[in-house]
Amino acid sequence: MSAGGPVADARLALRLFANDPARFGAIALRGGGPVRDMLLEELRALLPPGAPLLRLPAHCDDEALLGGIDLAASLATARTVRQAGILARTAGGVLIVPMAERIEPAFAGRLAQMLDDAEMCCGLVLLDDSISDDEAPPASLIERAAFLVDLGHISQWPAAPTVERSAPAPAEIEQAGLESLAKVAGALGVEGLRPLLHAAAAARANAALHGRTLADDDDLTAAARLALAPRATRLPQLPEQAQQDPAPDNAADSSGQATASGQEVVMEAAIAALPPDLLAQLAAGEASRRTRGSGGGKRARSGLRGRPLAARPGLPRGGARLALIDTLRAAIPWQALRRSDSVGAGRGLLELRRADLRIRRFSQRSQAVTIVCVDASGSAAMARLAEAKGAVERLLAQAYVTRSEVALIAFRGGGADLLLPPTRSLTRAQRVLAELPGGGGTPLAAAITAARRLADGVAARGATPLLVFLTDGSANIAADGSVGRARAAEDALTTARQIAASGHGALVIDIAPRPRPEAQALAAAMRARHMPLPLADSSAIANAVTARRDAA
Amino acid sequence: MARFPFSAIVGQDEMKTALLIAAVEPRIGGVMVFGDRGTGKSTAARALAALMPPIPVVAGCRYGCEPARPSDCPDPCHGGKSAKQAVPFVDLPLGATEDRVIGALDLERALRSGEKAFEPGLLAKAHRGFLYVDEINLLEDHLVDLLLDVSASGENVVEREGLSVRHAARFVLIGSGNPEEGELRPQLLDRFGLSVEVRTPDAIEERVEIMRRCGEQEADPNGFAERWREADAAVLKQIAAAQRRLGSMGVPNEVMEDAAGLCAGVRADGLRGELTLMRAAKAYAALKGARKVRREHMLAVAPMALRHRLRRDVLDETGSTTRIARAVEELFG
Repeated sequence: MSAGGPVADARLALRLFANDPARFGAIALRGGGPVRDMLLEELRALLPPGAPLLRLPAHCDDEALLGGIDLAASLATARTVRQAGILARTAGGVLIVPMAERIEPAFAGRLAQMLDDAEMCCGLVLLDDSISDDEAPPASLIERAAFLVDLGHISQWPAAPTVERSAPAPAEIEQAGLESLAKVAGALGVEGLRPLLHAAAAARANAALHGRTLADDDDLTAAARLALAPRATRLPQLPEQAQQDPAPDNAADSSGQATASGQEVVMEAAIAALPPDLLAQLAAGEASRRTRGSGGGKRARSGLRGRPLAARPGLPRGGARLALIDTLRAAIPWQALRRSDSVGAGRGLLELRRADLRIRRFSQRSQAVTIVCVDASGSAAMARLAEAKGAVERLLAQAYVTRSEVALIAFRGGGADLLLPPTRSLTRAQRVLAELPGGGGTPLAAAITAARRLADGVAARGATPLLVFLTDGSANIAADGSVGRARAAEDALTTARQIAASGHGALVIDIAPRPRPEAQALAAAMRARHMPLPLADSSAIANAVTARRDAA
Repeated sequence: MARFPFSAIVGQDEMKTALLIAAVEPRIGGVMVFGDRGTGKSTAARALAALMPPIPVVAGCRYGCEPARPSDCPDPCHGGKSAKQAVPFVDLPLGATEDRVIGALDLERALRSGEKAFEPGLLAKAHRGFLYVDEINLLEDHLVDLLLDVSASGENVVEREGLSVRHAARFVLIGSGNPEEGELRPQLLDRFGLSVEVRTPDAIEERVEIMRRCGEQEADPNGFAERWREADAAVLKQIAAAQRRLGSMGVPNEVMEDAAGLCAGVRADGLRGELTLMRAAKAYAALKGARKVRREHMLAVAPMALRHRLRRDVLDETGSTTRIARAVEELFG
């Protein structure tokens, strides 16, 4: 019964969702291709007859979503024609949102508001076509979705056993059941309260589906698998460790034993249902990025290229282009007024004013600038330096393709030098690198400060910096140039914290032959990812940086 | 469907207190709620709005005018019939345009009769109620400016597209946001009266209680509201009594000195900190049924009144709340 498996789980999530779309808010289907199409077909069959099932058009604006005045029809008939929005037409049903990873936060905000509104609520099916972890549907929607189903691991979709649709009687859930759900959520590090509420509702719905009036362990495990496991942000403690911990709140003694075993079952089920790639990520110490924010401001607005945004009032100059339709739309309501106002005019078909002009705006990804900080001191062996040079060259070779830029800072002896300002020029970089000397002390603090200044400048220009430090983390020259290991290490950590405060992405590649705690502490202070690469070759470094940059 | 009752919200005491203070003393200038998603921020704000007794309005007035007061309504609504209306709660959508917020040309009338008329926006709708802005840190800066400006002045002045309208817009501004997803500029932050931090509760009992109550509410919203009616009525009484008491609330000199000392101690920027601290302390004392503001009242609201006004120190990662607690410890032991 509690067997699960990806196909059965996906199907169960779909059934629960279809029975009460408004209650569960949304279901996110990631990847899948043909499997997903079959799933949607099943959803159609599961929905009560008459419940609307609409697909959101790709270029849906606010007016189409929420309804409003139909301008064209109003002008043609000279009376106000209203049109119902898509949300109003879907109320009580299900709205399919294709390419959910592409929708703008503002648009997602509208949908989220609809989900919060009990009166005109419909369920959402978010079709998430994202490939990398960088893309994800907006956090505001993912957060409100009860079920996150990853179809990427499902290759075969067996035909559904025919299920008779029924209106299940409501089921209850015991205090002990709620407790075990809460504990599992705590152990998995599930953030927020909505997943908990969804889990409780899922357990109830599953019980009702099976004709039970009280949720039993099967229902709780199903709820934990479907609603909690996909949101895990940490690996739960192993059961042995959990038992050693004294339980802070013992339930009533008589039921205590049963409760504890019930919890273990639920917990095990949740662990078994953790997505496999998530396990790998968590083990690597990388917190799940998918729950992170929706809009870190890595997008820049532009008047020239990118994805189109809403038009703004303004004059078409400086490269900005006129948004003709929006201009006309702004001008048309005024025509009757202007004709009666203007003295002796009225020659033109359309009376345009300067205030009517609208210009196009676009949003584009800002350019990435990788700032490589190379430790050229004596402690970093000369062989390592050669590898670092090779890595920078490889990055530059890719830079032409990805339109990103690379800058190079080397630090040795008395201070840090900017050898290569942000550039895309391969020849120039090769010349500088060839001349890069090695040896001397390690002024790590000076290097970090120099890198941060450069990154600030890059960010101020509207590009996105990524700092890459190739070092073993053992500093011996302090910020003021004096020699001394303790002082230097302290200064390095202080400056590293400034990087964390500035919010720039960073990566510390530990090039010591044996990974050292210093580099790890440095990475932690910077809130950077730490990568020990004792056997680093240039291609490994370049790959690591590319991966980090694409994730930034 | 009945709203979730205010008194049934589990925990989140600081947020509830801040909301109550804002309800008692609307001049406090808004509440900023920082916190994770899905921690009941908007539920609490909605619940408070639903708790308030209906307000009398001039029937059919688009600006929600009060019948008793001689109004400066742009519509000739004087002398209209009085009607009761629930306290407005406006949820400002993230993608809201300026037109929608402050109001714009009434397209319908312009199209139909070539008439130049103003269609009030969300600010007019929120008059005498609550304006809730989720993810205010993601809102475009010019809109946040505008909101804070109107909420401070209590008046919306529209001068655009050949329209010239001014109308009253007094509301309690509640902003929410997750600082990890983008910061609010310090200048804007400073203009919020109070700020609170909400976390997902860690305690299992609290989480269980939340699940239990939400389950009950879903199964039978009306019955659930009925069970909490008395508790909600008590809160309402508390607010009404505090509003009456607020006018005559005395502030002893030593409490003022304490407040000034505390603001200097934590190095809060500007004078707004002191002013808000005193206003909040008065409202809090009124809520507690005191006649005079005492030091403990002032200290109780100090974190929420000052937290967001501390200068950010790059090297000091201690949270603002801890820094305030430390200053309180140093000054008053």
